[in-house]
Amino acid sequence: MGSSTIIMDNLDQLEQQSVYIMREAFRHFERLCMLWSIGKDSTVLLWLARKAFFGHVPFPLVHIDTSYKLPEMILYRDRLAMEYKLTMVVGQNKDILSQGKTFPNTQHLPEGHPDKISRVQCCGFLKKDALTHTLNGTWPREKLNLKTGKYEQDPDKAPYHGVIVGARADEEGSRSKERYFSPRDKNNLWDVGEQPPEFWNQFKTDFAPGTHVRIHPLLDWTELHIWEYIKREKIPTVSLYYDQGQGTRYRSLGCGPCQAPIQSTAKNVDDIIEELKSGKLKNIAERSGRLQDGKHGLEELRKEGYM
Amino acid sequence: MNIVIVGHVDHGKSTVVGRLLADTHSLPEGKLEAVRKECERTGKPFEYAFLLDALTDEQDQGITIDTARCFFKTAKRDYIIIDAPGHIEFLKNMISGAARAEAAALVIDAKEGVRENSRRHGYILSMLGIKQVVVCVNKMDLVERSQEVFDKIEKEYREFLNNIGAVNPKQFVPISALHGENIYDRSKKMSWYQGPTLLECLDDFPKAPPLTDRNFRMPVQAVYKFTNHGDDRRIIAGRIEAGTAKVGDKVLFHPSNKISTIKSIEGFNSTPRSEIGAGWSTGFTLSEEIYVTRGELMSHETQPPQVGTRFRANLIWLGKKPFVPGQDYKLKIHTQSQPVRIHKINKVIDASEAGRTLDKDHVSRHDVADVVLETRQAIAFDVISESETTGRFVIVDGYDIAGGGIIINAVQDNQENLRAEARLRDFNWIKGGVSQSERAQKYRHNPALIMFIGKPGVGKHKYARTIEKSLFGKGCSSYMLDGTNVLLGVDADLVWVESTQQELVRRFAEVAHILLDSGQIVVSTTNAIGLADIAAVQALIPDFQILVIDIDPSGKNIESCDMRLNGQEKESDVFEQIYSLLKKKNIIN
Repeated sequence: MGSSTIIMDNLDQLEQQSVYIMREAFRHFERLCMLWSIGKDSTVLLWLARKAFFGHVPFPLVHIDTSYKLPEMILYRDRLAMEYKLTMVVGQNKDILSQGKTFPNTQHLPEGHPDKISRVQCCGFLKKDALTHTLNGTWPREKLNLKTGKYEQDPDKAPYHGVIVGARADEEGSRSKERYFSPRDKNNLWDVGEQPPEFWNQFKTDFAPGTHVRIHPLLDWTELHIWEYIKREKIPTVSLYYDQGQGTRYRSLGCGPCQAPIQSTAKNVDDIIEELKSGKLKNIAERSGRLQDGKHGLEELRKEGYM
Repeated sequence: MNIVIVGHVDHGKSTVVGRLLADTHSLPEGKLEAVRKECERTGKPFEYAFLLDALTDEQDQGITIDTARCFFKTAKRDYIIIDAPGHIEFLKNMISGAARAEAAALVIDAKEGVRENSRRHGYILSMLGIKQVVVCVNKMDLVERSQEVFDKIEKEYREFLNNIGAVNPKQFVPISALHGENIYDRSKKMSWYQGPTLLECLDDFPKAPPLTDRNFRMPVQAVYKFTNHGDDRRIIAGRIEAGTAKVGDKVLFHPSNKISTIKSIEGFNSTPRSEIGAGWSTGFTLSEEIYVTRGELMSHETQPPQVGTRFRANLIWLGKKPFVPGQDYKLKIHTQSQPVRIHKINKVIDASEAGRTLDKDHVSRHDVADVVLETRQAIAFDVISESETTGRFVIVDGYDIAGGGIIINAVQDNQENLRAEARLRDFNWIKGGVSQSERAQKYRHNPALIMFIGKPGVGKHKYARTIEKSLFGKGCSSYMLDGTNVLLGVDADLVWVESTQQELVRRFAEVAHILLDSGQIVVSTTNAIGLADIAAVQALIPDFQILVIDIDPSGKNIESCDMRLNGQEKESDVFEQIYSLLKKKNIIN
């Protein structure tokens, strides 16, 4: 076999580092889970987990379902979960949803109305709070029964101490500051000034009780890398990323009401790569279609536990 | 390629990065305009640094708190640029940034000249193994673009780096980040400078060659067997740090002295391979099932790593509490972790002041030190000149990574002869028909040696008997080995001369080795042969775990051990503690 099979290209290097990080996480956390938002990044993460563990995913995948996800995402989630035999766990802020205290429900109310919920508040309730309580086990979790294909109450209520997340440094400013292993305190707070040192591949893996840790295997990947990797590995993705003939597609997937599709006729992975490399998206920030980010909205949400 | 930008605070690192992004058209559309507008609105003068310092605190205070990654590209290649903070409080953040980089640009303010962190960062780059460095003398516009000023800084800084034996920068470039001179565009106002621009320097840095031409090294990261998913493969997983390996290669594991042959190279969604090399996070199955654990270093037969308990190292300390002799810390090197102590401090250096030596018996925060470290049990490692990735380590104090360093050379300890004996014995051991993993499966535990140590009369024998009996009661295969029994039989031929003591320990360990090889948990007391030297015992049984239980009624002993008793504890309580320790160490599943 020639040396070409040994020499690594850029994607190989990213992949191998991510695999290494994931194996370190699996080694150091008895209670480890991985967040899966069904989007392209966390789906690549899922694929990398299968790489790291030779076809298996030896920890649960957690999806925070805001109930405003596009229906195709949920179908795709459950199809892959069944096919890959994933331990699939879903968490939700059921209280707020039943009270209707969400942005889409209150957007018709006039500015300044006491019941009106802003986009950022809505993210706080449906994503941040749901995530916090799902991870620490204080709210019920639902788990996919691989035999029946139905979700059931998960009897396991123990907290997860390690959480693998698909954040990329190129997404926005506060993410560019993350460590591969990033501790959060009991209240989920992120102390940006007090992050642990990371020498080479030695990560912080010793923790005071009560700490939980976010693990970020995708920090060094860009949006373009993600698509190039999806192409190379032939990873199945949600069709919402592609133009279905209307001349629009989603560049990133969030909740329906806060997520605008972009004008694009990219019909497949190759078209998207072309668009990112030299086409119209070359210099347009990815999250420009997300309406909740604002000036420091995301940084504030992140400090308090948002992904 | 990952590039880190370092240097003293306010010397203009973020401005340099901002310029690189703007001049290479790597900013998102509208970003530059948005920042300009924001500056107009708030009445602040526009700065390129605002493009980077994303956090509210950073913008308010005008400093970089933590490393940011940004992405830009030139015609030649893609870059990740890591903007590292220059404030001393954030040195750990600077290190985290620099540790990910292949090359560095160090920024020095032309007006202020070489400052404390210009020096400290230069030293750290060297220690982190970054060999490709360009020095930017920034703010040349503030010194009338004077060649004299530039030459003086270059001379002074080169001398400093030379004195501390640090990296020799490829190039010094006079720049003005504010005006965009000699970064992307060549400066028309500094025609006396004929060298490359900053970007040309970066593009000229060769990509680090893969480490495939070195001796093969793979630290064992984990051993996977996903039996409950219907997968029978037992995979030795890890990242190859150097060299190459192929199917059929005979491989050795250190320090356990295990030997096997690579049966297959495993992967997922990849083409089958028969050969693999440095950089790959891979997995092997072995022809002969052997019991290996995380932290062992895999090599080829003829190029083994160092194995020992002592090494000389250069390190930088970041801990809030100083690094002091007499205290246990945790060493993490490749995938190994081990209790470690300072054996000797050769010197402590103030890296911010031209390598001034400090008269100290401890290492304080931000000091650099030349020390000899000693691990409790032998570890496998390389010296940094042989293999970068298996020659560097961090030290954990409590929960925190408090220091990091590189191994300069191995230092002889007293067990080298014993290790050689063990190697010879293990490599030629005639194996029986039952493998260790089969025994472990049957007994539902791995073998281990529990050593009770302490002065005569503290109750070692009483505890040892209880532990043996209670373990047996729980279904374990346990056996008590009292030193007296070895003395009266195996040692009966020995006549007492000075060297007899060592021979007693050696024979005791060889007897223990046979019992351990048969899969038992051996509980021992060693008074009869003198207080056994644990390091010597471990040197002879490198592939078995030892639990050291020290009984010390005086409460004064500070020697390192796994558990310390005062001799008054109830036997049943001691058993409970030891049992949970055995579980924690994965000896009992």
